[in-house]
Amino acid sequence: MIPVLEAVGIRKSFGGVRALRGVSLEVCAGEVHALVGENGAGKSTLIKIFAGALQPDEGEIRLEGTPIEHLTPAKSKSLGIAVIYQQPALFPDLTVSENIALAHEPPTAFRRIDWRKRNEHAATLLSRVGADMLPQAYVSSLSMPEQQLVEIAKAVDAEARLVIMDEPTASLGDRDAENLFRIVDELRKSGAAVIYISHRFEELFALANRVTVLRDGESMGTFPMAEMTNRDLVRLMVGREMEAVFPERNCTIGEPVLEVRHLTCVSRGVHDVSFVLRRGEVLGLAGLVGSGRTQFAETLFGLSRADGGSIAVGGKAVRIESPQQALALGLAYVPEDRRRHGVIMDFPVSMNTTLASLERVSRGGFLDFTAERRVAEEYRERFRVKAPSVDTPVRNLSGGNQQKVSLARWLMTEPRVLILDEPTQGIDIGAKHEIYMLIGELAARGIGIILISSELAEVLGMSDRIAVMHAGRVAGVLDRNHADAHTVMELALGHAAVGD
Amino acid sequence: MRKLLQREFAGFITLALFLIYLAFAAPSFYSLGNLRDIALANVSVLLISTGMTLVIVVAEIDISVGSLFAICGVCGGLLARGGLPIWMLPFAGIAIGSALGAANGGLVSFVKAPSIVVTLATMVAWREALNWATGGAWVENLPANFQWFGLGQAAGEAVLFSATAVLFLAILWASHNLPAFRSIYATGSDAEAARLAGINTKLVVFAAFVLVGALTGLASVLNAVRFSDVPANAGIGLELQSIAAVVVGGTPITGGRGRLMGTLIGVALLGIIGPALTYLQLSPYWEKAIQGGIILVTVLFDALASRAEKRPALA
Repeated sequence: MIPVLEAVGIRKSFGGVRALRGVSLEVCAGEVHALVGENGAGKSTLIKIFAGALQPDEGEIRLEGTPIEHLTPAKSKSLGIAVIYQQPALFPDLTVSENIALAHEPPTAFRRIDWRKRNEHAATLLSRVGADMLPQAYVSSLSMPEQQLVEIAKAVDAEARLVIMDEPTASLGDRDAENLFRIVDELRKSGAAVIYISHRFEELFALANRVTVLRDGESMGTFPMAEMTNRDLVRLMVGREMEAVFPERNCTIGEPVLEVRHLTCVSRGVHDVSFVLRRGEVLGLAGLVGSGRTQFAETLFGLSRADGGSIAVGGKAVRIESPQQALALGLAYVPEDRRRHGVIMDFPVSMNTTLASLERVSRGGFLDFTAERRVAEEYRERFRVKAPSVDTPVRNLSGGNQQKVSLARWLMTEPRVLILDEPTQGIDIGAKHEIYMLIGELAARGIGIILISSELAEVLGMSDRIAVMHAGRVAGVLDRNHADAHTVMELALGHAAVGD
Repeated sequence: MRKLLQREFAGFITLALFLIYLAFAAPSFYSLGNLRDIALANVSVLLISTGMTLVIVVAEIDISVGSLFAICGVCGGLLARGGLPIWMLPFAGIAIGSALGAANGGLVSFVKAPSIVVTLATMVAWREALNWATGGAWVENLPANFQWFGLGQAAGEAVLFSATAVLFLAILWASHNLPAFRSIYATGSDAEAARLAGINTKLVVFAAFVLVGALTGLASVLNAVRFSDVPANAGIGLELQSIAAVVVGGTPITGGRGRLMGTLIGVALLGIIGPALTYLQLSPYWEKAIQGGIILVTVLFDALASRAEKRPALA
């Protein structure tokens, strides 16, 4: 049998970063082919190449045996490749049926728009994918899962030979996810090939026929899903046993450093969040994307005004209404989306490191450049920031090193509580390991750490306790010894309300 | 020195080449009197451009400085005529300018209105309010000691030059050495990141507008004392002059960077073109065209330079 899609020796570099180092992959008709790998392993780059959005530096793509040259997005679409990205790429100010028609519409006489037919067609498609919205609804009024269904309807409409789904369940609730699995199964039965990217192993075991594992831009091989275990996949993805990735931590957990009681911020969707964080403790904050973890952190840090609840730092009741107050109380927040807000791209390493504690490198109200360089140099060495010097603009550093600079900045404020929001998102496995070591060191020095992460393995591997959020509330708090991926996922999906 | 000139390099080279060319083509350009006249004419532009640099660094813009200039001049004249001690005039200018700058800054940073619209509105509103109040009449019958603060021309000029130089150098020094100025650059680079780093970004933006207002007020008074009466239509086009000087000085209009040394070079470069044309016996109509050309060249240089800077990340 000729595979629908064959990719041979695909290489792609961005500047000096080699994203793909000779990846080969074949996907057959009637197959759901799982693609797994850590963030930054090259999954997204690979599917962007299949979608024609990126050109590979080297390698060949064959569709049903025919080599394809210079794939563009339009060509990819016309060849029957449909890509459903994590973030739906729809036109928000157009209706559902217009969005579907834009992708593909049979020609009419005089190119007239037959609105009735267009809407009817959209309605049929929507019912096929199990969506109950009106074709005339504006996309901007739809929820994320609904938009995803529109994307899937587009793929179904195009009768794609190859459907690529990039983490389609990342923002879906359970019912929507099951509906999605049904559609994927239907696509497979109709003879289409499906490339399915997900971090959720359970669904891969349920859905996929084969799996290809990527690590650091290389393929670790393709295996029948039935022959794999959870452990096998993790080992292939990270290249070492889980225990080796996360540092062993045996630190004493001290008195409470932060107590949050019934914290509520209705406008940001945070409801009645309570927990206690102790000195030297890593409290994992798990939950699906959109479960309110970041919103909670921003409320705690004074970036959004809380409507109710109380906060106590070191046993004293406090009010936090601005980041300046939070800082003064010894809170530090390393935000998500480091590329945009974690560091100041125009500033060199030194100025980024000292930005939140300029008074410590000032003398008599004036900046002391020697002191600044010395301090920045200290942190650069301690955090093993790979930069030619502290004068290098952080723009020129890799993601992992930017994250280290961001961490260094907050550490310099000598916080009592450190909130880390997705600290290892999009950085390579080596840098990740270093960040984990740092988190361990900081906890050992008595800092209370709140670790927000969407990577289950990370939360499980690093936390002493795990608070799982669902729909803006804490669905449960699990002790390290009682936490496993399954329980956390159940809580995150809102299934059960177990706690300690 | 290398650090000092990085981005303002284009302006600096152009200025140097132009000055060398003038030394051969029109040596009389370098007469003391001429240089003094040029400096005198550009003192207020330099003060305003200094403030404008900071506003542009925080990624905002103020196009109302021309109107602020006119108001402060007229108010200064009226206060002098009303009996305010002459030595207090510069402080009165600073106070009025700060208040008007605070109005701009408040609307921009606390009401979150876009600065180009806010200052367009205040530019028109203040100018029209002034026209309405004065009926277009100049402030005349000023006290005898109004001109040159009653010091006489030579001493007055010395005061003018030294005050401007001291102020410029102080702000230049502060921009390197004060933590507060680093907040300005951080806010301009990435306001959200700066806010997350604990910087009160609203206050920073507000302060930049107050500062440009204060400097405009001072510039206006220092300019007014050169004449025996105060025109009601002063300062037209000052906003473009100062923005142009800032941009030619290597400060990108998108904010986040820029050095005051560059702005000084920008003011000098744009300021000598007019007088130089006279000495080169060319039509003064060329002035604007050449200034426009210089702005275009520096902006192009800037675009190329920042493209080269944004190399991909190190592996």
